[in-house]
Amino acid sequence: MKETPLYQAHLRHGGRMVEFAGYALPLQYTSIVEEHLFVRREAGLFDVSHMGEFLIRGPGALAFLQWATVNDAARLKVGRAQYSMLPNAQGGVVDDIYLYRLAEEEYLMVVNAANIAKDFAHLKELARGFAVELTDVSEETALLALQGPKAASLLQGLTEADLSQRKKNEVFAARVAGRPARLARTGYTGEDGFELFLAPGDAEEVFEALLAAGARPAGLGARDTLRLEAGFPLYGHELTDATNPLCTPWAWVVKREKEYYGKEAMLATPCADKLIGLVLEVGIPREGYGVYSGDRAVGRVTSGGYSPLLEKGIALAYVEKEAEGPFVVEVRGRKVGASLSPLPFVPLK
Amino acid sequence: MDIPKDRFYTKTHEWALPEGDTVLVGITDYAQDALGDVVYVELPEVGRRVEKGEAVAVVESVKTASDIYAPVAGEVVEVNAALEKTPELINQDPYGEGWIFRLRPLDMGHLDDLLDAAGYQEVLESEA
Repeated sequence: MKETPLYQAHLRHGGRMVEFAGYALPLQYTSIVEEHLFVRREAGLFDVSHMGEFLIRGPGALAFLQWATVNDAARLKVGRAQYSMLPNAQGGVVDDIYLYRLAEEEYLMVVNAANIAKDFAHLKELARGFAVELTDVSEETALLALQGPKAASLLQGLTEADLSQRKKNEVFAARVAGRPARLARTGYTGEDGFELFLAPGDAEEVFEALLAAGARPAGLGARDTLRLEAGFPLYGHELTDATNPLCTPWAWVVKREKEYYGKEAMLATPCADKLIGLVLEVGIPREGYGVYSGDRAVGRVTSGGYSPLLEKGIALAYVEKEAEGPFVVEVRGRKVGASLSPLPFVPLK
Repeated sequence: MDIPKDRFYTKTHEWALPEGDTVLVGITDYAQDALGDVVYVELPEVGRRVEKGEAVAVVESVKTASDIYAPVAGEVVEVNAALEKTPELINQDPYGEGWIFRLRPLDMGHLDDLLDAAGYQEVLESEA
């Protein structure tokens, strides 16, 4: 199992280590619910160094990214970031990614840890014929995510950069606790917050400085309950090689007015299913549980869990496009009523 | 990990505390700690007859669902209704307020087949 640069720090802070995408990472330090609520009310600090990072450089970088991603990379100004996806030849999704424009001809792509090798091979293949250089810098990059309503004020005490001037999706270089960092006002929790790209040797010092300033460490458990409550997709669950993103709530990411790899196949694939949010009357839904409209099986839960804010079980599920409900989820042999919920499940700023 | 000496244990991390001709059943401190935040408990119906080792209740934590097995054969005579509103009692007080159900064993003598505190301690050591 691989370790992130913060492995020893996790042990010191009582992290319960589990394997995730080949890395030893903390599932929780104290309690998933406590960590979740601390992120929603104060500021939690996540080690997401397992995520992959690719540098994409060269005069053909923009043209290549327009071809390889579904969002409009041309709208991305230097110092800005956007959510996007890598389409495959069949109109499915290789991965969902975040793209940062660092300079005129230099981009940073953050990808899911489990997909690093797959994504890099796919991008290398697509890059043939483009004047572009791809470098996998995952091993040389530590990544922290400071998330929550107090993230900005807490981070401000450790940096000279004026964070009040930095909007959502901005990316910029700054020193944090005396260490060089690249900061981005992005995240995966539905809260305001920052992601900090660091040299591995600087990660522990910055991690400890943020904790000393009042952040609390949060683990993978809270990361998942936060993203679920925020209604964000997780690759391998809501998005897969076989998912047409046009059939999801994230269809807005796909810009049809431009050309991209697999576009014809994507446009030609009809939507059989739709993705819905469900709040259960009782019990906790889990991935794979069946969803029914009356007695008829109409779909399946792709992500399920407990919402610490609603204090109820919540789920993302794909159901037949025409299914109207009322919906019922089969929880361990028992049919439980579930109400449709808009996404996100809870009001977020 | 706390393992009170006044009761019996199973290898699957339930405890059984004799009270008159019944036993209270719950999960151990080790089990609640391993599960993490308990957020839902599916309780059995009072009057249900169960075999030793039969799944009787379900404890759901944020991360997983776990079956709770009958330590001995018998009849469910009471359930801890407080868990419906406050399932976190299992985390806060696993050996007390966090009890799950009460059984009337077919034979109180069956309790002797279970582990004592020292035996359960050995189970935990072998799992570590």
